[in-house]
Amino acid sequence: MSEQWKKTENPILEARGVSKFFGGLTALDAVDFQIWRGEVVALLGDNGAGKSTLIKCISGVYKPEQGEVIFSGRTITHQPPAAIRDQGIETIYQDLALAENLDVGANVFLGKEKKSRILGFIEVTDDDYMRKEAAKVLERLDIHIPSLKQKLVNLSGGQRQAVAIARAMYWNAQLVIMDEPTAALGVPEQRKVLSLIRSLKEQGIPVILISHTMQDVMAVADRMVIMRRGKVAANLMRAEANEELIVKHMVGTAEATF
Amino acid sequence: MATRTATAPQPTSARDSLLDFLTKSWAYLFLLAMVIFFSATGTGFFTVNNFSNILVTSTLVALMAIGQTYVVITSGIDLSIGWTVGLASVVSARTMRDLVNSGMDIAPAMIIGIIAALLVALIPGIINGLLIGRVRIPPFIATLGMFGIVRGAAFLLTDGQQVVGQLPDTLREVLRAIGSGSLVYFIPGQGIAWFARPEGLPPEVIRGVAPLLPYPVIITAVVVVIFAFILGRMQFGRHTYAIGGNEDAAIRAGINVKNHIVWIYVLSAFTAGIAGVLYLFRFTSGAPQAGEAALLQSVAAVVIGGTNLFGGEGKISGAVIGALIIGVLQTGLVILNVDAVWQFIVVGIVIIVAVLVNQAQAALERLKANV
Repeated sequence: MSEQWKKTENPILEARGVSKFFGGLTALDAVDFQIWRGEVVALLGDNGAGKSTLIKCISGVYKPEQGEVIFSGRTITHQPPAAIRDQGIETIYQDLALAENLDVGANVFLGKEKKSRILGFIEVTDDDYMRKEAAKVLERLDIHIPSLKQKLVNLSGGQRQAVAIARAMYWNAQLVIMDEPTAALGVPEQRKVLSLIRSLKEQGIPVILISHTMQDVMAVADRMVIMRRGKVAANLMRAEANEELIVKHMVGTAEATF
Repeated sequence: MATRTATAPQPTSARDSLLDFLTKSWAYLFLLAMVIFFSATGTGFFTVNNFSNILVTSTLVALMAIGQTYVVITSGIDLSIGWTVGLASVVSARTMRDLVNSGMDIAPAMIIGIIAALLVALIPGIINGLLIGRVRIPPFIATLGMFGIVRGAAFLLTDGQQVVGQLPDTLREVLRAIGSGSLVYFIPGQGIAWFARPEGLPPEVIRGVAPLLPYPVIITAVVVVIFAFILGRMQFGRHTYAIGGNEDAAIRAGINVKNHIVWIYVLSAFTAGIAGVLYLFRFTSGAPQAGEAALLQSVAAVVIGGTNLFGGEGKISGAVIGALIIGVLQTGLVILNVDAVWQFIVVGIVIIVAVLVNQAQAALERLKANV
């Protein structure tokens, strides 16, 4: 296997020898993982290979038993999820974590509402400001939503995905982790999400992408990290990857053929 | 959910916008239609006296419905507030009575009584909030438990009696002046009078004198405006909606959901407490069962007003309209001499229709956004 994926500069995020056990089960077995600025890395593997566990160890949902996670030169291994988010690692889960009964502006600013004062002392939410700011980010992502006063429940799946990404971008995400972002979407919407990932990359924001859809992975990923039974089975650049090879690594027959 | 990226604004036909208007404002229109109907058929319905009577009667349900709206938006329910109303009325009545009997002046005794009642009313709210927000007991169960506890506590304070007895006449007089008083009185053919019922008028004029701005209505209106503002314009309100819409999202967005839920139930108990104190002023007695019947009416008012029982949607104004609809229905049916039993049936039908219309409205909104 080639080692051309390694770069000389320091990765923005690095997991070193991360292990995670659930009872007698080894979910992660001394995993090393790196991602560099502006890179889209697909995390592949069969169910139970350890993809989600690795992501959760990075985002702070799980605490690894061994190893460390280093982000921008600082160790974040045992920090709570909120602290890790505040440092710029934004995880967009499949369920998106949006309040669908609220509009785009309210969602982008959820929990960090912009406020203005009336009568000098009463703090109210500055909805116009939040909508305008949300519109700016959506513009950067080349997403058009007919009315920003529209509740999210009335938007399409792709548009909601865009709102989740816009929120991450607005709060200066340095790294975006996306868990199956296209799983619930129709084909045109899937394309839109892939182009969103590309625009994140263009803005220098690295993306870790978990996906089962090989086409998506081949379309946007610069590199593929294939996991099997809690270990990294392979690290492939897009140029050297093809579906057949990926599947072989996933099921564990690749070593035999090389 | 449609899967295409809808980008162009949708042209809405005149029929669509009419339908939209009807489903969104049907509660207002329904209220108006009922007022017109009863005015046309019921003798004595279309009078200033009767309207002001309906408003005063509706304050109890409206006040409870304010807190209940917050609770329901977070996809909870508060079954205990009926008895919290009673508890507050009993505590205020007892405190005022005992203080006045021990020689205190009426005014300070009343103020202390009001504060004591509001504080005591907060206790079930705090416990509800902690059980639901922190211990994660389902709201229905926690507040059902509190329903029994508060009921028992209220009756303990009256020694098992239906009312707090023996309020001094001097106290009752002042209570009545406020609870049954009005800022402005309407005198037919003569204009208005301020603060007190005008005296020395000929008997035929006296009968027509009607309170235009009863104090209980003013107090309720102030509470309505404050809590509608908090819900609609402030961060607390925004977070309330967010929790009802997607609690997980609210947690991940860093909202302190546990604390917020505690505040919601405290708020619910607080507006019930106000309703309880107002009950004492209106009826010059404290009664454990003061809010018993009003509990389910408050839930009905919230639902009629368009608040979604699954959470995330709702407005205070809707709850107030809902309370008024119930008030108008009851008064109107009484004036029409309809058997009181029919009130239950009619209100029941209105609740079910309300939910159907609100569902239709949500479906319509989705349709419009995706077509």
